[in-house]
Amino acid sequence: MCLGIPGQVVAITDAEQHLAKVAVNGVQRVISVRLLAEQNLLEGDWVLVHVGFAMAKIDEREAQLTLDQVKKMGEDYLNEIDAFNSSQIA
Amino acid sequence: MKFVDEFRDPAAARALVKSITRLTGDDEFKFMEVCGGHTHTIYRHGIEHILPPGIELVHGPGCPVCVIPMGRVDDAMWLAEQPGVIFTTFGDMMRVPGSSGSLLDAKARGADVRFVYSPLDSLKVAVDNPDKHVVFFAVGFETTAPSTAVTLVRARQLGVTNFTVFCNHVTIVPPIKAILESPDLRLSGFLGPGHVSTVVGTRPYRFVPEVYGKPLVVAGFEPLDILATVHMLLQQIRDGRCEVENQYGRVVREEGNLAALKLLAETFELRPHFEWRGLGFISQSALKVNRNYAEFDAEEVFSMPGVRVADPKACQCGEVLKGVIKPWECKVFGTACTPETPIGTCMVSPEGACAAYYNFGRMHREAAQMVGESAGV
Amino acid sequence: MTGEPTTHADREDRMLLKIEQFRKRRPRLIDEHITLAHGAGGKSSAALVDAVFVEAFRNPELEQLGDGAVLTLPSQERLAFSTDSFVVQPLEFPGGTIGHLAVHGTVNDLAVSGARPQWLSAAFVIEEGFSIARLKAIVADMRSAADTAGVQIVTGDTKVVSRGAADGLYISTAGVGVIPAGRRLGADLVRAGDRVVLSGSLGAHGMAVMLARGDLAIEADIVSDTAPVHEMVEALLAAAPGTRWMRDATRGGLGTVCNELAQTADVGVILDERLLPVEPQVLGACDMLGIDPIYVANEGKFVAVVPPEEAEAAVAALRSHPLGDQAAVIGEVVATPSGMVALRTPFGGSRIVDMLVGDPLPRIC
Repeated sequence: MCLGIPGQVVAITDAEQHLAKVAVNGVQRVISVRLLAEQNLLEGDWVLVHVGFAMAKIDEREAQLTLDQVKKMGEDYLNEIDAFNSSQIA
Repeated sequence: MKFVDEFRDPAAARALVKSITRLTGDDEFKFMEVCGGHTHTIYRHGIEHILPPGIELVHGPGCPVCVIPMGRVDDAMWLAEQPGVIFTTFGDMMRVPGSSGSLLDAKARGADVRFVYSPLDSLKVAVDNPDKHVVFFAVGFETTAPSTAVTLVRARQLGVTNFTVFCNHVTIVPPIKAILESPDLRLSGFLGPGHVSTVVGTRPYRFVPEVYGKPLVVAGFEPLDILATVHMLLQQIRDGRCEVENQYGRVVREEGNLAALKLLAETFELRPHFEWRGLGFISQSALKVNRNYAEFDAEEVFSMPGVRVADPKACQCGEVLKGVIKPWECKVFGTACTPETPIGTCMVSPEGACAAYYNFGRMHREAAQMVGESAGV
Repeated sequence: MTGEPTTHADREDRMLLKIEQFRKRRPRLIDEHITLAHGAGGKSSAALVDAVFVEAFRNPELEQLGDGAVLTLPSQERLAFSTDSFVVQPLEFPGGTIGHLAVHGTVNDLAVSGARPQWLSAAFVIEEGFSIARLKAIVADMRSAADTAGVQIVTGDTKVVSRGAADGLYISTAGVGVIPAGRRLGADLVRAGDRVVLSGSLGAHGMAVMLARGDLAIEADIVSDTAPVHEMVEALLAAAPGTRWMRDATRGGLGTVCNELAQTADVGVILDERLLPVEPQVLGACDMLGIDPIYVANEGKFVAVVPPEEAEAAVAALRSHPLGDQAAVIGEVVATPSGMVALRTPFGGSRIVDMLVGDPLPRIC
């Protein structure tokens, strides 16, 4: 429910108050990372941002696993799809 | 990886749909997406029309704006109209109708109503306006409640005395239970809420397969996430399994966010019961600011009217929220109730099933296919 | 979908038809008070204009509800005449000021009416206490915008209201332009198969102003696109003389303009999401706030409907202009579903693009 979007931590701006600056497509905002206080957040980490708060660290390895799984689910049809695509472009 | 575009890959989506079609066969399945964010994704990306006809997605109660009852909106407007009050809210709540208009109308009549991006911004308004009293209209499930919790803790730290929270946070499990208890609904499984689960984890849903025998897969919010989740639900059914699975592993951990849960316990307590628009009273389904933070609780500081207002008779939001009827099956849908003149909350929030269907999905299946399949210009 | 899916689908189709008929009725004004939504350019604005202004002033020119009225002189020469008020807050924002907007807004309304803008009037409502240095700076912006657009500000008016009765400064401009002989544009010329051309990327002005207000605390290098479009319009009309219809995509954004097209020309419009140019930062800010760039205001962009065989030349002409490098064909006109705008999503899904209801507000869900 709740609009959550991925943003990348570009700076920890106030460690004591758990504030960090995140970037979404180059747009920046200071958000609270208080909810990830125990997760040793670093610059370059990706987080899920909701109402100005980082809700979770985004796990790149897990994301890749999900994409691999998605690929596997549709695998039987990939060749067929390629053929479909090239015919559509032509 | 940017965690967005990768999950919108058209070729992967087409392959998944083929695979889903094969798994569906000639059978019919009805899956409920609990969360309004999923409803929004489904309509915004036109997913409903690319799934095979045997898959029906039923929209659930997980839109925090949609479930706020009229009486609470009236209380919010009453608060906003008190002298010396700056009333702050997420933009979503501005247009939600109470029994005499919305917060936008209150603003038009002279109330100082402002939208904020974050509850911490509301606290900043309080710090910047020491001669005013600032109320924050807190809505949302467990996803949003921790941000209010942090704000309460911060308000105490700063010694702020002109800030209160009008708390309407709700919890996700009781409405799911209410739906499962509802006799008029036959579901094949659930797309579980993704962002709530970043906080509560995946364990609270175990009763869904264990007690009610329905599979639940916690789902992400990009189009491929939705399709993969439908695939996983079908696979469970075909394998004869029934369990909680997590498709949204990149942000949802089994145990949730312990720091957030601790903060919730520190600042809130469960209400014995809370009224949900369309669903009636559900016990232990909402949060109240607890005694330790009573000085920040608008319900303690102000004597609000707190009058219960019955939902408009014509409105079938309850049945839509429970997934019993589709938005277009409601008597007033699209005629008396439209986004510019909403009767029910489902028509207000962009996450509401009715608004999502009206704004994005209101298209003949054939026309939709024609649009989707045309080769492009 | 249990039982008979076709029957269910049929029922849905019948319901959709009913809603569509309902939707095509003129919007009704049911409010008792003016809210900000009445000024946001969407359905509420349309209802207000219809029920209050058109009702009172009714005449054939007004009823066209174009960006400018087209008037024929006894000599058979034609003029376009347009007016607009500017109430932006803050008055200065990245990429421009209220002064630029006041000139560009009226120049652009004239240009998309097919006219060559010539003369402007300017009226100022100023709040007591307003800084004269600031006023001078804004007026200098108007002068330079007028010079660039090749128009002269030939008459004006000034009113001062007591402190609190206005928010700093409001400017109204009106403008007159001459329509070259033989040039005709109109929704009635639009045909199925025509292409929809957009002159550049979406949403920069609306987001620049929203962020410049500062209360969202979002930092971005988003600069308003405020600019005169008359040169691009002339280049387009030279390259695509069969151009049917034009409109600048200001309040309510592209989504609202396309709906106006679909409704006045009684056609369907299909947009392709992959072809919509949006700068990454505008997209980032929109994502953060849950706002759809398709509804965000622009101040230097217009939509043109051109015959399919002229689409390529139209885009090439726009791209040859410094402000038009993002110009693109973004969609096509179809016969059905008429009155509707649909969007093809990148992976072959489809959805409707309706008119905006009220101002775009940041949302959490």
